Amino acid sequence: MPETTSFAAALPEIILAAGAMGLLMLGAFGFSDGEKSDRAGWTAILILFAAGVALLGQTGTERVFNDAFISDPFARFVKLLVLAGSATAILLSFDDLRRAKADRYELPVLILLATVGMLMMVSAGDLLALYLGLELQSLALYVLAAFRRDDVRSSEAGMKYFVLGALSSGMLLYGASLLYGFSGTTSFAGLAQAASAPGAATNLGLIAGLVFLLVGLAFKISAVPFHMWTPDVYEGAPTPVTAFFAAAPKLAAMALLARVLFDGFGGLFVQWQKIVIFIAIASMLLGAFAAIGQTNIKRLMAYSSIGHVGFALVGVAAGSAAGIEGLLIYLAIYLVMTLGAFACILAMRRENGPVEEIDELAGLAETNLPMAFILAMLLLSLAGVPPLAGFFAKFYVFAAAMKAELYGLAIIGMLTSVVSLFYYLRIVKVMFFDDAKPGFSATAPYVRFVMIAAGLFVLLYAVYPAPLVEAATAAAKSLSL
Amino acid sequence: MIYAAIVLLPLLGALIAGLFGRLLGPRPSELITTSLLVVAAVLSWIVFVRVGFDGETARVPLFRWITSGELDTAWALRIDTLTAVMLVVVTTVSALVHLYSIGYMHEDDSRPRFFAYLSLFTFAMLALVTSDNLLQMFFGWEGVGLASYLLIGFWYKKPEANAAAIKAFVVNRVGDFGFSLGIFGLFAMTNSINLDAVFAAAPSLVGKSMSFLGYEVDVLTLLALLLFMGAMGKSAQFLLHTWLPDAMEGPTPVSALIHAATMVTAGVFMVARLSPIFELAPTALEVVVLIGTITAFFAATVGLVQNDIKRVIAYSTCSQLGYMFVACGVGAYSAGIFHLFTHAFFKALLFLGAGSVIHGMHHEQDMRRMGGLAKKLPITWIMMLIGTLALTGVGIPHVGGFAGFHSKDAIIEAAYAGHTPGNFAFWVLVIAAFMTSFYSWRLIFLTFHGETRADHHTYDHAHESPWVMLIPLFVLATGAVFAGIAFHHYFIGEGYSEFWKAALFEAPGKDIRHHMHEVPGWVPLAPTVAMLTGLALAVVYYILAPWLPAATASAFRPVYLFLLNKWYFDELYNLIFVRPAFAIGRLLWKGVDGAVIDGTIDGTAKSVLWGTGRIIKLQTGYVYHYAFAMLIGVAAILTYFILAGGGGAQ
Amino acid sequence: MALTAIFFYLFSTLALASGAAVIVAKNPVHAVLFLILAFFNAAGLFILLNAEFLAMLLIIVYVGAVAVLFLFVVMMLDVDFAELRAGFIKNAPVGLLVGGVVLAELIALLGARVIAPTPASSVASPIPQGVTNTEALGQILYTKYIYFFQGAGLVLLVAMVGAIVLTLRHKEGVKRQSIAAQVARGPKTAVELVKVKPGQGL
Repeated sequence: MPETTSFAAALPEIILAAGAMGLLMLGAFGFSDGEKSDRAGWTAILILFAAGVALLGQTGTERVFNDAFISDPFARFVKLLVLAGSATAILLSFDDLRRAKADRYELPVLILLATVGMLMMVSAGDLLALYLGLELQSLALYVLAAFRRDDVRSSEAGMKYFVLGALSSGMLLYGASLLYGFSGTTSFAGLAQAASAPGAATNLGLIAGLVFLLVGLAFKISAVPFHMWTPDVYEGAPTPVTAFFAAAPKLAAMALLARVLFDGFGGLFVQWQKIVIFIAIASMLLGAFAAIGQTNIKRLMAYSSIGHVGFALVGVAAGSAAGIEGLLIYLAIYLVMTLGAFACILAMRRENGPVEEIDELAGLAETNLPMAFILAMLLLSLAGVPPLAGFFAKFYVFAAAMKAELYGLAIIGMLTSVVSLFYYLRIVKVMFFDDAKPGFSATAPYVRFVMIAAGLFVLLYAVYPAPLVEAATAAAKSLSL
Repeated sequence: MIYAAIVLLPLLGALIAGLFGRLLGPRPSELITTSLLVVAAVLSWIVFVRVGFDGETARVPLFRWITSGELDTAWALRIDTLTAVMLVVVTTVSALVHLYSIGYMHEDDSRPRFFAYLSLFTFAMLALVTSDNLLQMFFGWEGVGLASYLLIGFWYKKPEANAAAIKAFVVNRVGDFGFSLGIFGLFAMTNSINLDAVFAAAPSLVGKSMSFLGYEVDVLTLLALLLFMGAMGKSAQFLLHTWLPDAMEGPTPVSALIHAATMVTAGVFMVARLSPIFELAPTALEVVVLIGTITAFFAATVGLVQNDIKRVIAYSTCSQLGYMFVACGVGAYSAGIFHLFTHAFFKALLFLGAGSVIHGMHHEQDMRRMGGLAKKLPITWIMMLIGTLALTGVGIPHVGGFAGFHSKDAIIEAAYAGHTPGNFAFWVLVIAAFMTSFYSWRLIFLTFHGETRADHHTYDHAHESPWVMLIPLFVLATGAVFAGIAFHHYFIGEGYSEFWKAALFEAPGKDIRHHMHEVPGWVPLAPTVAMLTGLALAVVYYILAPWLPAATASAFRPVYLFLLNKWYFDELYNLIFVRPAFAIGRLLWKGVDGAVIDGTIDGTAKSVLWGTGRIIKLQTGYVYHYAFAMLIGVAAILTYFILAGGGGAQ
Repeated sequence: MALTAIFFYLFSTLALASGAAVIVAKNPVHAVLFLILAFFNAAGLFILLNAEFLAMLLIIVYVGAVAVLFLFVVMMLDVDFAELRAGFIKNAPVGLLVGGVVLAELIALLGARVIAPTPASSVASPIPQGVTNTEALGQILYTKYIYFFQGAGLVLLVAMVGAIVLTLRHKEGVKRQSIAAQVARGPKTAVELVKVKPGQGL
């Protein structure tokens, strides 16, 4: 019998799941028609907040449900970021969806359910839990991508994401079954035993299972060469949904990847390090070079996020506590930068609807200097220009890589971030030096709030980075090889 | 938490006035910021007494800041005598300037903004002087730079003010570049940026050399020079001085606070604070002496012929800062800081007095259109007289005198005792003292004495300033009169070791203070003689024979023009730096922008774009292509492992 | 034992063959029918493993519900398979090559034969003796595996919500029957008594 402590450890997830179902009822029967989506959105934010409070109340490391669920500082660190990312995405969605006449109460419900999935992923201690969390998250995301069902691009995005996601899930499951077949267990602890047993390094069954598992996860974080869906889906999905995609799920999948590799396959470090290095380099290169030719800012952000996944993977490849610390700091800062950038993209709107071409930003410095300044700061931070927050993010992962003697990886990372500076700077140049186009219409207050908050964060992070770094250091101790 | 309160109260004021100023209205903003500053000033004096006389020192950690690998740093307040002296100077002058500004700025519409900037500046300055590590110092350093930029450009509708603000920012950036390189260098060499750790590690660097720009150079000399470069920018020393006179475009209280008493002295403070490093780099100290001497001389010569009342004082400040650096350079840090301390009082007094004149004359700044104002502005006149007496160093040798007499003469003695080649530092400083006396009295005579040259309307309406502006003058005048005689004993006299304790470092065996007392008897007399000569000459030129200046100017026309145009530095820099920079800029944004940057993006930078094009071509939009790419990825990774036999070959 | 072996090979051969047939069948309806055949064979394999409850479940849920739904959808949608096939043929060589490589590698994996020697001993929940396997499943599903069970429930909930979000439309201007409103209607709201004065009408 699971004891009540088991449920206490999963309290945030339970609050979210129950909240989502309650919200579904409220949406269907409770709220009056006019303000359904707004109220549902605020209620969802409230639920996320409650889950966050429950999360903060937890301490120590607990393994419950027969080790399928792990609540430790690492999980809580990422979960808190995920909750914040989800809440911000909802905040960003209000105005945009209302104008697109797609403001339905199911959106916050689906985001909540996806968030439950993400929390399950982050806490997974078993292949089954891993798969269930991943599938719960993905399924909600497929629907969200197609949320504007009357929009061809949105439907297409949802369709593509679904088909390819199903393929990746298939591979992941195949990997999981191979792993079960060759080790006789699905729990990470059991896998760790099998992976560090003598002869594991030549056990191709285990390694093939690991490869398939990694491929499935690499798809979720959109690492090259499993990234192909990203630009299309980012461009096609409604912008607030894209903002959500780029933020929370990436974090959760990345944390899951780190968890399964460190907790489950410490004995096969040499093997998975090669794979991770390979996809990290491929992602960084592709993210840097493919973004150069983009004219649509959402597509550009897609490539940018692919590149960032590569940088974050550098921390995983280091295979050390310092690497995990770098990864966590990277994820936290990436979350803020991405959400801020998407808030700016949401603010790109004229009377006859949103615009997404980079050229539309021309001369923004003249028409809206504060926004141009914030966007420039965010972009430069994404590029990793000191002393903005993005620089520190890169600094920590590269420092970890150098310590792990992965010099080649670190150098390629630095070179690609220089290349990426190029396309970020191009946007800055367009904003500040090109002839002005007509100004954008007024920005919704919440969007502006997110924009300003993110801008302040990247600007001022350098003043007081200690809390984040210390939290990440503490969290990173949960994972070790 | 008295220390934290001193530093944070101005920040609080700045936040209140900055964020809610529009809500509160101007008067409450003024009162809040000013009273907070007054509290901070009172607390500072308490700290000064505690630290200086009761021997208390402290290191107050506020919160951890950066911990990463070797870098472990906290925001912390370092309280020792040097800090205490600076705290007193900064908060006192700032509080008085706040008070004064209530009167001076009363016609301005954006007073909350002004007071927010003033308080913000004060906070940054306090953060600078209380810093416990180099990075914090750098933050304060940049903070005062930013606040100064905002304040100089406060009247942003005035194009000259904007240009001056930008100039100050850019010139300071040059110095800051050196400063930051110096900090990086120190970190690289000592693995720490905490002052204590750096000082502890510094002796082990003596004699080490490193390669810089292809040369083998002594580490400490190089680092000290880089750091000094920052000081040169902030303290407007020769070559990086051009921004200071232009900065006079800002409101006069700003000039008094920033460009006389506090920010410009940050360079001197920094050299004194880092004395354990500078003392180990004799070559660097020689450079400090040289630059200080040149500045003292150069600025004084330019001051001789300027007509704008504020610019005269600005060049005077520049020159006096040179004195302070000379003192530091010969190792007499205490004398330098002593002069910094007294100078803050009388120079702020002069600036605020000038502000009072400008205020009374309806924003007229040209001394050629003043004269005979002593009758109209009697109190201001007396205050300016006191300031001038203090600046020129009036006093009776071996007995005592105004503030400047004690501190400046101490520096001149130190320069003699410092044994520079041919005693050039000593002689140049004496000559500069002569010029100081001349231009200071020239200012007084031109402004307050003789027949008025102002038009009738202005002259008739010239009026004494309100009390809110005069009270700060009284306080500062008290300091200008007594600060020297009261603190002489502690700063540079017998009470030296008890007062300073470990705050200043002297290389063993140098014993500059001992040598200062052993100088020949005529040396202490030299500056007094120079001062009297200058006074006499000024009396001749501007009281007895008012036609003489014009005659001299036409007789030595080239020299006059050379001085009037400030040695043509602005023109020179314009030619060497500004115009090429603009040309390059134009090239970048017109020529290169079109041909290279946009070109690359549009598809002409072949190599990059070829790759990009390939990647984008792969992005066909067909699901099965994507799926296929995934399969290829899986197959590739699997194949690798199977061929490598599981990768166990490691 | 021999009988078991014969049936195992029969079921597995048929399952693989019908799986292949699903892909290559020209007629989509035939493909779905082959899919159903594959399900049946899989159910047979379950029975050989003494998992009769799962076998029944497979037939009832997958064959009875899912596959039949597929059949309806396929019959209603007029998918032009010839068009899809054109691309298939064009890309077949490369596809076959990569597929072949992966297949060869997977077979090579089996050749390594290092399948965990005693997976049965390390299974998380050994089959309890003396109970039917329906009962055995019931014993652990809501206790030991409550987490997975609830998780799976949420996945299904998302699927349902998603399907409704993406397809359900309320057309404007269409009168919809509201049974609840009809039932709740009483004389007070439904009937109005009017006194008609003689000779005037309404």
